[in-house]
Amino acid sequence: MSSGIGVPVKRKEDKRFTTGKGKYTDDIRKDNQAYAAFVRSPHAHAKVKGIDASAALAMDGVIEVLDGHQLTGDGIGNIICGWAVNSKDGSPMNMGAWSALATEKVRYVGDAVAVVIAETQGLARIAAEAVEVDYEALPVIAHVMNAMTDGAVQIHENAPGNQIFDWELGDEAATDAGLAGAAHVTSIDITNNRLSPNPMEPRSAVATYDDAEEHYTLYTTSQNPHVARLVLSAFYNVAAENKLRVIAPDVGGGFGAKIYIYPEEITCLWASMKTNRSVKWTSDRAEAFITDAHGRDHVTTAKMGFDENNKIVGFKVDTVANLGAYMSLFSSSVPTYLYAPLLSGQYDIQNIHCNVRTYYTNTVPVDAYRGAGRPEATYVVERMMETAARELGMDPAELRRINFVQSFPHQTPILMAYDAGDFPKILGMAQSAADVAGFAARKAEAASRGKLRGMGYSTFIEACGLAPSKAAGSLGAGVGLWESAEVRVNPVGSIEILTGSHSHGQGHETTFAQIVADRFDIPIESVNIVHGDTDKVQFGMGTYGSRSAPVGMSAVVKAMDKVEAKVKKIAAHTLEASEDDIVIEGGEVKVAGTDKAMAWHEVGLAAYIAHNLPDGMEPGLKETAFFDPVNFSFPSGAFICEVEVDPDTGETEIIKFTAADDFGTIINPLIVDGQVHGGVTQGIGQAMLEQVIYDDDGQLLTGSYMDYTMPRAADVPSYDVSHMEDQPSPNNPLGVKGCGEAGAIGSPPAVINAITDAIGNNDLAMPATPQAVWRAIQAAKPVAAE
Amino acid sequence: MYPVKYHKATSIADAVAALSAGDDATILAGGQTLLATMKQHLADPSDLVDIRSIDGMAGVSAAGNVLTIGAATTHADVAGNADVQKLCPALAELASHIGDPAVRNMGTIGGSIANNDPAADYPAAMLALNATIVTNTREVAADDFFDGLFGTALDDGEIITAVKVTAPSKAAYAKFAQQASLFALVGVFVADGAGGVRVAVTGAGEDGVFRQSGMEAALASGWSEAALDGVAASEDGLMSDLHGSADYRAHLIGVMAKRAVAAA
Ligand SMILES: Cc1cc2nc3c(=O)[nH]c(=O)nc-3n(C[C@H](O)[C@H](O)[C@H](O)COP(=O)(O)OP(=O)(O)OC[C@H]3O[C@@H](n4cnc5c(N)ncnc54)[C@H](O)[C@@H]3O)c2cc1C
Repeated sequence: MSSGIGVPVKRKEDKRFTTGKGKYTDDIRKDNQAYAAFVRSPHAHAKVKGIDASAALAMDGVIEVLDGHQLTGDGIGNIICGWAVNSKDGSPMNMGAWSALATEKVRYVGDAVAVVIAETQGLARIAAEAVEVDYEALPVIAHVMNAMTDGAVQIHENAPGNQIFDWELGDEAATDAGLAGAAHVTSIDITNNRLSPNPMEPRSAVATYDDAEEHYTLYTTSQNPHVARLVLSAFYNVAAENKLRVIAPDVGGGFGAKIYIYPEEITCLWASMKTNRSVKWTSDRAEAFITDAHGRDHVTTAKMGFDENNKIVGFKVDTVANLGAYMSLFSSSVPTYLYAPLLSGQYDIQNIHCNVRTYYTNTVPVDAYRGAGRPEATYVVERMMETAARELGMDPAELRRINFVQSFPHQTPILMAYDAGDFPKILGMAQSAADVAGFAARKAEAASRGKLRGMGYSTFIEACGLAPSKAAGSLGAGVGLWESAEVRVNPVGSIEILTGSHSHGQGHETTFAQIVADRFDIPIESVNIVHGDTDKVQFGMGTYGSRSAPVGMSAVVKAMDKVEAKVKKIAAHTLEASEDDIVIEGGEVKVAGTDKAMAWHEVGLAAYIAHNLPDGMEPGLKETAFFDPVNFSFPSGAFICEVEVDPDTGETEIIKFTAADDFGTIINPLIVDGQVHGGVTQGIGQAMLEQVIYDDDGQLLTGSYMDYTMPRAADVPSYDVSHMEDQPSPNNPLGVKGCGEAGAIGSPPAVINAITDAIGNNDLAMPATPQAVWRAIQAAKPVAAE
Repeated sequence: MYPVKYHKATSIADAVAALSAGDDATILAGGQTLLATMKQHLADPSDLVDIRSIDGMAGVSAAGNVLTIGAATTHADVAGNADVQKLCPALAELASHIGDPAVRNMGTIGGSIANNDPAADYPAAMLALNATIVTNTREVAADDFFDGLFGTALDDGEIITAVKVTAPSKAAYAKFAQQASLFALVGVFVADGAGGVRVAVTGAGEDGVFRQSGMEAALASGWSEAALDGVAASEDGLMSDLHGSADYRAHLIGVMAKRAVAAA
């Protein structure tokens, strides 16, 4: 099979993307199109005393200026958070009201108070500056540790002390007892730096309204158009679900930031009805920095206890998470259910307790960003392991190895049931690829050039394909976490796959076609993937959390099972054989061991001509399936980073980055390697370059690429990537585990562990900029117990 | 961007006329600073007067050991020019590391000097090489040209036409880039030339580019890295921002100065 499972097929969609033929939301132009520009708060926290739009409305070409009172007056609902998390005392989370256009108060720089609709984009922006808003500035909380101080200003009335919830997971008493009896306890204080997601394509929306049909269409940069339609309809009351079509055409990267339904899309839809025009809004990069949900932003203290054999006896974690000015769609789940259950890492730990307090601040809302909670957990666990190894005077790989989970299934004390894996084997693969044995010699050679070499590990596990729906529901999720697929075999035998998964860079048009080509032994060119349009595709949950392969492809497989069964029935009937003897191969459906066969397309034709079908069989060849997995899948990996630090400047060069991972079955190694490359690059960005910084007034200091450092090609090495495939996931038919986030999840601690190893100082925060590293060298307290 | 009128000047006189005719007319060269500022609505000129096609504005000529570089010469053309590479390779090298290829193929030496960004590279070279800035009305020594943050000796409507550089006997530039922008966090240009031994620092000063007199004296008495050993750069007058505080910048001045001396 030249294009089946496991073949490095080149991406089908790349011809269109690399020749400029992609069709993105901003490429869409409607005949009666007008443009929206938002009037945004320059204050991080202020009362809105009045809005005077007269100067803007007087400009030639300005169609309308709309504000939040009109929006709420028309019954447009507040923005929701889709996951209810209760505090440990049982009280519900303190959800502050968030209107798409603020009415009484603005709560972060960029909070929208009004929208201008004008004939051109340039004019809309100029007119937006002419809208006069009377603000009364209020005190600002720009940093999360200031949110909880006595007398801190209240951001939302119903959140006393700005706290959203105080949540815990695990058995605190047992963990305390474990730590009390420990022979050694390692403590760390760490922060997980706040990031801006920066997909290459900024967000965009084109909303059209058909007044005759009272029907809306929204073209938008979404990772989950059906979820967008549901929420826009059921919660924001923009239109009934059957009167709203949401299309997410080509989308240029998401990384989580395009999961949510933002104020801009809501406003454009509503404004298209108010003005009876198509309304387009496209963010520029500056606007993206102050409106796209940010990621991470945790402050954590953790303690891990070890017995005299260096086995872990207790792990206690206390985290403060900043959720920004409002609760974004999945913001509550990220620092809780996507974080704390991962704190067992690859280790057999009987006692774990995690407390998480979340707060409002006057900053952009914080939500899921590639990895979502799991990078934060991995960073805590893996910095802990490396620091503990240094304190215990142990080889960091050995400390990990003796604490690894060795048998599966493995139930952690914090919800997760690991299904399959082989942690020692992946670590071994990484160690030999990284030539750990030769490190001492390389370090000595670097020292002869005045450079500091270091090596750092990260052995991580993550959970993909959020599931099952029932379990997620019991933990507060507002949605089910299954996926849907329809397999349509056409009368000529070509196949359309309609999937609820959405591709915005992942290459689904190739990999989803591969599993079909593999199953029916037909060329990949005969298979088309249809996604991203609520009028074409049955309801689906979309793409995030590395779920498209474990959940989305599994739905396709289930639907293919049904197609295969029907194909075999038709062939058996036509060829006068038993169904059990029918095989599908080489473009034919045939009776095994004979020369009796039908061409694949003849079966399709027979199904639709319907002249000679088995009695009682419906015509046609099209099947639908919904797949709800029984568990998460658990990808894991071992990353080893080797760095060289210039002590004169603090500059760090990554010499080698080795990634050995277990993603279960690999559908397309080219695409999987690409996902690892991209994910690790984002992780290196977090570890060494990227950080969102606000000043004390809540002004964003890193609001452009002149100040916010994205990783560039020259910042990263050529990666050494390998995969272990002999522990497929037992919980889905393909045995896939998910690969989209692992790189971003596993890499930051490997990088920081390598730099701290090089400089001999564990006290180093992300991002490890040259200045930060230079300071840590100056401060160099030697690492304990060498 | 706010609406703006565009003029393509054909001569200096034409440019001068267009500049004085407009309400708030501004010279446009490569646009790598100006257009970005306009797109962000931070500048609102009434007219743009593009000086790049004026005869003699772009290109390099050499007479003896003096280089004359037209104001509209792009960074890429300075970097690739054989005369510059021969007479002042440090300047070619500097130009080859400004920004990225797109910036180097559009941005010009005149625009960079007129803009006098405190983190720009060329101002350090101009000071250290004791260059002469030639305008449509006069010649100004580099020492008298740069004036604080984004300030210069240029009068309203005055047009830089060229810079003149005399080949130094030794020169080199060492730049430590700010990671996001790739401008200089600290850049040190050292030269031994017509103006004697000079050390100019960009990226670090609260008032923009400056000469480091302590290092100049040390190198004048012996051109070697070791000569700089005891000469600590003071953090007084240095910038502190999210990319580096004054003490780190002061430290980097020492490191970059030594690297430049070693490379010269
Ligand atoms: C991404 C990026 C990275 C960069 N990195 C660097 C870097 O590493 N180092 C560095 O030094 N610079 C850097 N720059 C700035 C770049 O070098 C600019 O090209 C330069 O600062 C301005 O030159 P310009 O020709 O583009 O001028 P313009 O943008 O056209 O004009 C700039 C200013 O100078 C005035 N002006 C232009 N020409 C003349 C003249 N002949 N006489 C009088 N006034 C004039 C204009 O009126 C305007 O005020 C970077 C720019 C960008 C966008």
